[in-house]
Amino acid sequence: MTVLVLVDDDDLTRQALTLASGLGEVEALAIGSAPEGLPVERVWVAEGVQAYAPGAWATALEEVIDRTSPTAVVAPGTNRGNEVLAHVAARRDLPLAANCTRVLAQDSGSRGSTLDVTRVRWGGSLLEEARVHSELPLLSVAPHALAAAEQAGSPAIESFTPALTDADLVVRVSEHVDEVSTGVSLAEAKVVVSGGRGVGSADGFGILEELAAVLDAAVGCSRVVTSAGWRPHTDQVGQTGTKVSPDLYIACGISGATQHIAGCKGAKKILAINSDAEAPILASADYAVIGDLTEIVPAITAELRKAQSP
Amino acid sequence: MRILVCVKRVPLTGGKMVLTADEQSLETRHLGFTISPHEECGVEEAVRLVEQHGGEVTVLALGPPEAEEQIRETLAIGADRGILLADGGEEWDPQATAAAIVAAVQADAEGFDLIVFGNESADSGNYQVGIRVAHALGRPVVTGLKGVSVEDGRARCEQEVAGGRDVYDVPLPAVVTVLEGINLPRYPSVPAKLRARQKPIEARTPERPAPRLEKLRLAVPAGQGKQAEILGQGPDAAPAVVEVMRELGVA
Ligand SMILES: Cc1cc2nc3c(=O)[nH]c(=O)nc-3n(C[C@H](O)[C@H](O)[C@H](O)COP(=O)(O)OP(=O)(O)OC[C@H]3O[C@@H](n4cnc5c(N)ncnc54)[C@H](O)[C@@H]3O)c2cc1C
Ligand SMILES: Nc1ncnc2c1ncn2[C@@H]1O[C@H](COP(=O)(O)O)[C@@H](O)[C@H]1O
Repeated sequence: MTVLVLVDDDDLTRQALTLASGLGEVEALAIGSAPEGLPVERVWVAEGVQAYAPGAWATALEEVIDRTSPTAVVAPGTNRGNEVLAHVAARRDLPLAANCTRVLAQDSGSRGSTLDVTRVRWGGSLLEEARVHSELPLLSVAPHALAAAEQAGSPAIESFTPALTDADLVVRVSEHVDEVSTGVSLAEAKVVVSGGRGVGSADGFGILEELAAVLDAAVGCSRVVTSAGWRPHTDQVGQTGTKVSPDLYIACGISGATQHIAGCKGAKKILAINSDAEAPILASADYAVIGDLTEIVPAITAELRKAQSP
Repeated sequence: MRILVCVKRVPLTGGKMVLTADEQSLETRHLGFTISPHEECGVEEAVRLVEQHGGEVTVLALGPPEAEEQIRETLAIGADRGILLADGGEEWDPQATAAAIVAAVQADAEGFDLIVFGNESADSGNYQVGIRVAHALGRPVVTGLKGVSVEDGRARCEQEVAGGRDVYDVPLPAVVTVLEGINLPRYPSVPAKLRARQKPIEARTPERPAPRLEKLRLAVPAGQGKQAEILGQGPDAAPAVVEVMRELGVA
């Protein structure tokens, strides 16, 4: 039983391979070049695909499906992983379960084959057990839902050139515009100082920026803040914003809606600063200070400066 | 140009996910409802394109009869008319959802130059309905957009990626899926809300096929319901906070 995995060279790929290895013997499809040391039997390398074109990737994947007759196709739950699987699903009229965290049970009974999986809903705030009714289930793997197994292999490499049609290339990246980012990146920051409605105004973020400067932190915010136009959407943390995973996430005047927590629950620790001792964020936070953030945040900044100056 | 935007009614869950006893859905008795921020931005984008190029924006929702409320909200943003596909009170899987949307598009006499989706629905997050609809209609589809502009029968589509933006240039008619942040949606004015009440919404009742991605049950993930350690009240807590920061190695 072969499982086919669409791979890239990153940790999410390793997580997808780990989930796939529970389904059978893994073969991989890489576009352009094969990542080093994948723990799989064989890597198919599609050559001649230049710029990213979802239709072309889907065609390459379909060719390897036809050659290997897999019992399932898996991809990491990245933008491209989900997109390419959805194209194959649409072309072949097959069901696709996006962002799975576990494979539960496989069954091929008289009424057709099924695969039961756990997948995430609401950006990770809710789990669903779902049954995929298909001879060829397509699954993407939710990012950071399972640990990648520490394994390496020396797979056979099989290069091929997929037979692309013009239609495969109608949608393709035709231009890349560079943008220089300034400051600490939100997604990669070790500390995030984040503000919500409780900050009160765009100017109110001044004290958060000062604290962030002392901690070498990035500034984040809730959706209420971006909807009000106080901060740009690139600062928004949450289900429809950026997902962050700092060592410390400081939530100032943020109530802790599930859609906000979906973006910061990857933090090692959460500190909530909130005037309401009953705020829901206290059920997601590790530490809390109760009171007015306009007094507490500058006091923390001052305490840190005191400690830093000799 | 004629633009269709597809939106899905979902509960506004607040601080906690609470399930019904049968674990089939969220307990929504005390909740309000909304649409995904991605879809709200999709409506705003469509309204802006029509303000610029002329035309009409139609909004479609497959959902319970109450989804009329969400369609009215988009009509207040500036959409012109609605299509409500009644779902019979059950969840439709993404294949069935796409098929119902395709049938509604094909039933429309004039057709649409652009069909706009959210990148993913707020609740079920299947990441596929837009792509399925595009495929069934034989149209190009570009996903996850933070920018769309239309000129000379083509759409220039921009994605935010590491280090900048990827640009796609596709012929119309096309399908796009968008992300929150592509624009900042307007707050509907009171007169706009009043006008929205008069705009037409056409209702239809498609037949729900058996799901091929079948929901068995829902579960709340572990980790909800921690109890934060209170470091103190007010500014006097600052030394305790800095102490914790030192322990964590961030100060
Ligand atoms: C599909 C969907 C996706 C969403 N995606 C996101 C997302 O990506 N990110 C996101 O953030 N939200 C998202 N939301 C919105 C989310 O549901 C909440 O509405 C939002 O997170 C609330 O923001 P808030 O905590 O700043 O505001 P509120 O909920 O109004 O909370 C304000 C908090 O500030 C406290 N406060 C007030 N004054 C002070 C003070 N002086 N000092 C200290 N504390 C004070 C209050 O006690 C309260 O707890 C989404 C919603 C939906 C439906
Ligand atoms: N029930 C529905 N009614 C209208 N549009 C929907 C519905 N379900 C999904 N969509 C659209 O399809 C997009 C992607 O949904 P999904 O594939 O479920 O993540 C959503 O953002 C909506 O634009």
